[in-house]
Amino acid sequence: MAAGQQGAIMGFVHRRRRGAELFLLVLALAVGIGAYAAVGLGVEGEVPVDLLGYGGWLAGLVVAAHVVIRFVAPYADPVLLPVVAALNGLGLAVIHRLDLADGSALARQQLTWMTLGVLLFVGTLVVLRDHRVLTRFTYTSGLAAIALLLLPMVPGLGKTVNGAKIWIGVGPFSFQPGEVAKVLLVVAFAGYLVLHRDALALAGRRVLFVDLPRGRDLGPILAMWLISLGILVLQRDLGSSLLFFGLFLVMLYVATERPGWLVVGGAMFFGGAGLLYYVSVTTGQLSHIQNRVNIWLDPMAYFDQSPGSGQLVESLFGMAWGGLLGRGFGEGNPERIPYAESDFIIGAIGEELGLTGVIAVLLLYGLIVERALRAALISRDGFGKLMATGLAAVFALQVFVVVGGVTRLIPLTGLTTPFLSYGGSSLVANWVIVALVLRVSDLARRPVPSVGDDATDVAADAETTQVVRLS
Amino acid sequence: MSELTLFLIRVAYLAILWIFVLSAISVIRSDMFGARVPESARGAEPQPRRTGRAGRAGRAGKDKPPAKRRGSPTHVIVTEGSNVGERAELDGAPVLIGRGSDAAIRLDDDYVSTRHARIAASGDQWFVEDLGSTNGTYIGSVRITQPTTVTLGTQVRIGKTILELRK
Repeated sequence: MAAGQQGAIMGFVHRRRRGAELFLLVLALAVGIGAYAAVGLGVEGEVPVDLLGYGGWLAGLVVAAHVVIRFVAPYADPVLLPVVAALNGLGLAVIHRLDLADGSALARQQLTWMTLGVLLFVGTLVVLRDHRVLTRFTYTSGLAAIALLLLPMVPGLGKTVNGAKIWIGVGPFSFQPGEVAKVLLVVAFAGYLVLHRDALALAGRRVLFVDLPRGRDLGPILAMWLISLGILVLQRDLGSSLLFFGLFLVMLYVATERPGWLVVGGAMFFGGAGLLYYVSVTTGQLSHIQNRVNIWLDPMAYFDQSPGSGQLVESLFGMAWGGLLGRGFGEGNPERIPYAESDFIIGAIGEELGLTGVIAVLLLYGLIVERALRAALISRDGFGKLMATGLAAVFALQVFVVVGGVTRLIPLTGLTTPFLSYGGSSLVANWVIVALVLRVSDLARRPVPSVGDDATDVAADAETTQVVRLS
Repeated sequence: MSELTLFLIRVAYLAILWIFVLSAISVIRSDMFGARVPESARGAEPQPRRTGRAGRAGRAGKDKPPAKRRGSPTHVIVTEGSNVGERAELDGAPVLIGRGSDAAIRLDDDYVSTRHARIAASGDQWFVEDLGSTNGTYIGSVRITQPTTVTLGTQVRIGKTILELRK
């Protein structure tokens, strides 16, 4: 996996491209602040009075992140930060627009969470100078992920919101630990698989066209994954279980280079989903699963029932009304969709910015995933490759599950839309994910350090030689 | 606020959004093709790349063009192992080392992979790069994990064989 790329990177040096990043950041700020101004103009008929303060705060955050990247990760990918900033700015504006309609103040909270997210982003980049350090915390982060997933089930700490027991409440704050667990699980999977991928791919016996690895190689990771999946199923968090399942399969496939895993995993997924549906139809248990499928197949029939499809149908109406160019900010009625600011923010964007806007947003997500996979491709160490791939898979799956659910491609399962949706835990976790991907890409694009010219030049040796720590 | 103004705002915002998307894509495009070859390596780069053959040693006697710089290596030679004395000229870089028949230096060494390592230039430095071999390529006692500079006299160990750059 690692060897083939090395020849390609030998001949040239990646440029830093920090100037390009700054240019894109200015455009990204135009996207974020422009949306805020357009919301003000559309809803209230005037440019919002606090536009300067708001824009200045947003610009300050983004420029601070940029300056830190200049110092601690000079070779990092130039596209990721602007794309993320643009999505976050657009999300803030759409939440602000819904606030104006509902009389809530979620955008202000979201801006606070974004500030915290940028601080953690900066902190991650400053503290973590080499992502390979994380391999030391393989099992620690796996256990921490499981502990975090269990937290909402602790009596007194957990909160049930809309039937899902995935929140913890500390004082006035509530937090979704699953969002952080997602990052930790990627680190744990990557750290484990990079050590054991040869054993997983080569040792073992063949059963029915599939090479099964030995239990002792697959065991720990399988246990980690089953436990986290079981917890999520108990908490009725279908979206996250889907995300973790897909993440595990992608990472196993990338680590072992065995397409068989995808076949087995796909079969397991469809078999399991079919079985669950069958059980819920025949026994009446797990009624929420049956509900989701029925709503997906025929949303109009369940429009005014209690666990019904009102949310989905309103969002579909909104997107249909939006059409190609959208209604324009302030001209639609996205507030008719319950929880439009979290799961259904794509519906709100589809109504007011139209298909043109939704495609732009999806392309931006595509860019994030592409840049993360590119970092994985050119990364020189296996752990960095696997971690960047895993983080890319997290983004891709999350966007697919949410947007697919909102547009009725697949049954709806609740997940946040990264960077757009209202939700502090998700926003903070996603900023950390971007910091990790930037760290991998910085190390990957940095010119190859020269080792071993001590024979000719002892003085130069002292400054150019770099100690490469293995695992 | 008139209908027309709202329409213009709407279209203008979508335009900003798409200008951002397209410029992000164009940065990636130039990022892919614009990877810069170091200034010093440009002179060496356009030379026709001759793939070395097993019998390169036979051509070793020919006159070589004078080295660009005094003190830069001209060939790589096997100093220890079963193929002692076998050599390959560096102007046919990259020089492939391995057991395969397409290697410029073909080694009869059971611990060497078919395409084991290669030596290539970057600027006026020479690098040895492991091509995913089974037993690894060592400089001194350190197994290399990425392209590593070699200079005159640096001993590169491949299996039971040791190679060196010479003038």
